[in-house]
Amino acid sequence: MTEETKRLAIIASHGTVDAAYPPFILGTAGAAMDMEVAIFFTFFGLQILKKGKIDKLKVAPIANPAMPVPMPNIIGMLPGMTAAATAMMNSWMKKAKVAKLSELLAMAQELGIRLIGCQMTMDVMGIKKEDLIDGIEIGGAATFLEFASHNAITLTF
Amino acid sequence: MNITPDQTLDASGLACPMPIIKTKKAVDGLKVGEILKLIATDPGSVSDVAAWTQKTGQELLGHEVVEGKHVFYIKKTK
Repeated sequence: MTEETKRLAIIASHGTVDAAYPPFILGTAGAAMDMEVAIFFTFFGLQILKKGKIDKLKVAPIANPAMPVPMPNIIGMLPGMTAAATAMMNSWMKKAKVAKLSELLAMAQELGIRLIGCQMTMDVMGIKKEDLIDGIEIGGAATFLEFASHNAITLTF
Repeated sequence: MNITPDQTLDASGLACPMPIIKTKKAVDGLKVGEILKLIATDPGSVSDVAAWTQKTGQELLGHEVVEGKHVFYIKKTK
């Protein structure tokens, strides 16, 4: 039997509802399976860590041909369609009894998952440490890669 | 199934990954040799609970469907 991987290193680089869920679902599941987990929030993914933002993320109705209710781009670009698509998605999630993102975030912190905010993204987007939730680390590529270099499974979203 | 659990966890109505997370927390609170009865309605839990026990080294004593719900018996082995 080969040696088991004990680390899970995840990159969250998008700030939409559908992109924010997988890092938390896989991350908390990994922690529940006794794995050490780190999630690196970079580019638009850093929005997930902004104070009060996580349950207000949106779903993109444009250029999203996989929406269960098909929405032509020309309709999706109308005012209010982002809010409509987001409300639709959130109602499906609620109906399927999926935990809210804020609940998964709290669980991730409780399970000791390392949440790393990208310093460079903060500089690019003018985000200050006090704009981000408490209990996270700020770091760069080397911080994430050092963690991942110890035989980690790496996933990118 | 004729198993007497030391603790029961009802994860009915919870979706992935919550049943696994609640299971981990409950098993952490048990002593070695004690048994957790887990009740779940998430169909994915059939595969996930087996995978969880395999990865964590705990023992899945059995699984049955009772009144449409999945019932698992997990023994803490370490």
